[in-house]
Amino acid sequence: MDLMTILQILDSTVRLGTPLLLMCLAGLFSERAGVVDIGLEGKALAAAFFSAAFAYYSGSVWVGMLVGIVAAICFSLIHGVASITFRGNQLISGVALNFLASGLTVLVAQTWFAQGGRTPTLEQARFNAIPLPGAEALRDVPVLGPIYAELISGHSILVYVAFLLVPLSWWVLYRTRFGLRLRAVGENPAAVDTAGISVVRLRFAAILIAGILCGLAGSYLATGLQAGFTREMTAGRGYIALAALIFAKWRPWYCLSATMLFGLLQAVALRYQNIDLGAFVIPVQFMNALPYILTIVILAGFVGAAIPPRASGDPYVKER
Amino acid sequence: MDRMPVWADVVLIPLISLLLAAALSAVAIWAIGENPWDAFSLMVDGALMRSSGWGYTLYYATNFIFCGLAVSVAFHAKLFNIGGEGQAVIGSLGVALCCLYIPWPHWTIALLGSTVFAALFGALWALIPAYLQAARGSHIVITTIMFNFIAAALLNYVLVNHLRPVGAMEPASATFPAATHLPDFRDIFAGGEGVLFRGSPANVTFFVALAACVLVWLLIWRTKLGYEIRSQGYSESGAKYAGISPFRIIIVAMLISGGLAGLMGINVTQGEAERLILNSAEGAGFIGIAVALMGRNHPFGVLLASILFGFLYQGGAELAMWTSIPRELIVVIQALVILFTGALDNMVRWPLERVFMAMRKEG
Repeated sequence: MDLMTILQILDSTVRLGTPLLLMCLAGLFSERAGVVDIGLEGKALAAAFFSAAFAYYSGSVWVGMLVGIVAAICFSLIHGVASITFRGNQLISGVALNFLASGLTVLVAQTWFAQGGRTPTLEQARFNAIPLPGAEALRDVPVLGPIYAELISGHSILVYVAFLLVPLSWWVLYRTRFGLRLRAVGENPAAVDTAGISVVRLRFAAILIAGILCGLAGSYLATGLQAGFTREMTAGRGYIALAALIFAKWRPWYCLSATMLFGLLQAVALRYQNIDLGAFVIPVQFMNALPYILTIVILAGFVGAAIPPRASGDPYVKER
Repeated sequence: MDRMPVWADVVLIPLISLLLAAALSAVAIWAIGENPWDAFSLMVDGALMRSSGWGYTLYYATNFIFCGLAVSVAFHAKLFNIGGEGQAVIGSLGVALCCLYIPWPHWTIALLGSTVFAALFGALWALIPAYLQAARGSHIVITTIMFNFIAAALLNYVLVNHLRPVGAMEPASATFPAATHLPDFRDIFAGGEGVLFRGSPANVTFFVALAACVLVWLLIWRTKLGYEIRSQGYSESGAKYAGISPFRIIIVAMLISGGLAGLMGINVTQGEAERLILNSAEGAGFIGIAVALMGRNHPFGVLLASILFGFLYQGGAELAMWTSIPRELIVVIQALVILFTGALDNMVRWPLERVFMAMRKEG
């Protein structure tokens, strides 16, 4: 395996890890505020469809992205009304939203485009690769040149945005008043309420942020990674992101490493079908299942306990 | 004091939620450019006005009964088993192994054997998440979701690498021996000759599902174990104080739940396809959630809700065939039912409670 092959796999890791990262950060904000969100998948799927559809209609990928974000925010609001306002079960609400997205996207796609639940292929309105300055000039520098040109340069803008969002999320969560309150509302909402801060407003703010991030993830899937929407195109990524969030123990920087690890697994499974180790063969299905198996191992507490925010999953009842 | 009478809780709230879901679905159909009333009558026509329509409706309902019972048994212990899909997939694998490798003399004995295998495989697939929840506190929702994906990968692996007949392209097992084929409704009610239930997949497994309903009812409300499961669900600390081991109840409830979901494999794999196919669970594991929520976790409610969803499934297939409405409409309706009966329950409940309280004050 030469340097070029490794770089290609890592390059594909970054591209496949980016939607996971965006969704994982979405889950981070939501769960840190005490709202469990297994509807990441559905939000990203809805955003993927609407961003592809409107990028096609308008010819502008940015319009598509905005509409995708609005769609994801609408889903977030339904989740908020169900689980914050009406204190419903957050898990059930998330499950419902996933099905709603899965059905609605195909239904609307079939009505608008009549292509079997897909959008037409996007020719122009996509996020294109951005070659960083000097990538071509430095390509001939040994080792560092190809790394810069292949791995770091030449991704679409959302990839760079996603990576920048990691330090930003850390800063917001750990260095701002809003972040402190947001984390507090996920641990002990009664204390936040006593301090005179609205639990409901904070939680809604958190799930709105989650909606925006899922919107970015969906729009990257449909207009960056691929050229258009296909049915069920999130393909369980929302759940992998959820797994990565547990893997990351609800911390921003760990989110980056966890999602890139899972991205790497996907990249390897995509490139090699069955991996022949001589003594035995690792089947491709095992590689595909590995993120889930790893999460189970982590959850089992064999590799350090993963403890969620204390109040996550509980609706806040002000008084009885 | 109860805030409202039992009948309102059991009948009125699900009914209102269902009407809300139906109204929104009608809006969706209208937005597509079709007439909701025409669509509804087409669904009724295709699913309920012909015996073959009923054959399909009851075939789907059989799947939903098993998965709905699975979800509701877990709900009684306050566990959310979202892994019915994976347990059903592994249950189907158990059925396939049992039918392919054991020489059964007659379908009656084969049915008994596959029942045991399906339940056993499904239960074992639920055991690890159950153990992790009981012993390590790992959240069962997350672990069962992960096990759904692992089950799908495992089935794919087994089909492609082991069960696929030599030379076949499609990832499916060989057809089961003729002695294991279950009689369908046409064999039972029309002697295999007449037009009654012609070409429809409902089979003898439906009666197994009915038996499962009765058994679950007996288990939950007429046995000590059922009492313990319900106590655990009502208040874990209370149950613990009464000497009920949470560890044991979590494990047992999840084993029963997984076994019930696994039983679905008989209907699809042995009853209809007569071989193991890749998408053997057909998403029914998730519909089990909607069914259990609508049926208020009672076997009779689950039965009714299953038939309703069977009707929606078959009617949806008819719509996809005759109109421009795609099958995915069913997924939307399913999502709305889960949303309104599950997550937005309080939206209906709170105003109703207020109405009943006001009526009580006056009366």
